[in-house]
Amino acid sequence: MAENQQQHHVTPLWVYLGVGGALLVLTVVTVAVAKVDFGVLVGVSSLNIIVAMIIASIKAILVALFFMHLIYDAKINMAVFITALLFLGVFIGLTMFDTVRRADVYELEEGPIKPKAKIYQNQ
Amino acid sequence: MATTSTHSAHPDYLQHHFSDPQQQQEAAKLGMWIFLLTEVLLFGGLFCAYVIYRSWDPQLFINANKELSVPLGALNTIVLITSSVTMALAIRCVQLNKSKQSAAYLIATLAFAAVFLVVKYFEYSHKIHLGQLPGQFYTYTGIEGNNPHIFFSVYFMMTGLHGLHVLGGMGAIGWVLWKTVKRQLHSEYYTPMENVGLYWHLVDMIWIFLFPLLYLIG
Repeated sequence: MAENQQQHHVTPLWVYLGVGGALLVLTVVTVAVAKVDFGVLVGVSSLNIIVAMIIASIKAILVALFFMHLIYDAKINMAVFITALLFLGVFIGLTMFDTVRRADVYELEEGPIKPKAKIYQNQ
Repeated sequence: MATTSTHSAHPDYLQHHFSDPQQQQEAAKLGMWIFLLTEVLLFGGLFCAYVIYRSWDPQLFINANKELSVPLGALNTIVLITSSVTMALAIRCVQLNKSKQSAAYLIATLAFAAVFLVVKYFEYSHKIHLGQLPGQFYTYTGIEGNNPHIFFSVYFMMTGLHGLHVLGGMGAIGWVLWKTVKRQLHSEYYTPMENVGLYWHLVDMIWIFLFPLLYLIG
């Protein structure tokens, strides 16, 4: 059993408390910066959502690396997780190519997405 | 059979089809990560729906999102992050054979999960009371602009699926708490708790994205 002992990595207590503290600080930061208007990035998207997603990604990376032990683990687990994120990117990316540029091919009209909703019967 | 050295030597938590505990643990963990991959893609469908509707009408999301309570959302974020810390500490304690402390941390994790769901209950009942419901059930008239019900469809589906995962996670944590109290988990074998921890951290990670996407876009 002694040789198995070294395979179990015990993360030091200060790492967990430090990462937890960093996550709480970043939560406060993301709420605080949401009140600031960063303007628009060359007409594509508001900068606020990009800032919010960068902070959320930093938090997610901290959780994955330290709480989920990916930094200490066999690299195969990291590969599985990164594969999931890559395919999520393919999924959302290709869908956006379709839905954002569809108006270039077909004529689209703006209107209520579901006119049967009760809210439209009241008007 | 029973007299062969390999069989008489193996501990009771080691299944016959694994050569040693380390191989068993690594196989179980890889399987858990592949399950988490399917979870990422399950929520991915809803994130994709969010991105589509938001790209069609960004103003709809900005108008409707003001109805959500940022303090309650932030409170739930802090509660869930804290529960992730206690979950990680529970695993650390079982690695060090501190079963009682480990059980205490698991109970704390369960308590934080319950607080999360209670806060969610108050948010939901407030919205149901106002008629801020998905799709055709939407009756609220206090939001400017077209299609505000789309935001609440996205909101209820994303937070609803996440809430179900919190509930399922509580069941899983209860199960490893039972195993810990029964002294079935210890420094040589704690794979069930480790895998439940991975699941719990993923649920936390998904909320880390849901919170800014739903509450902080005004």
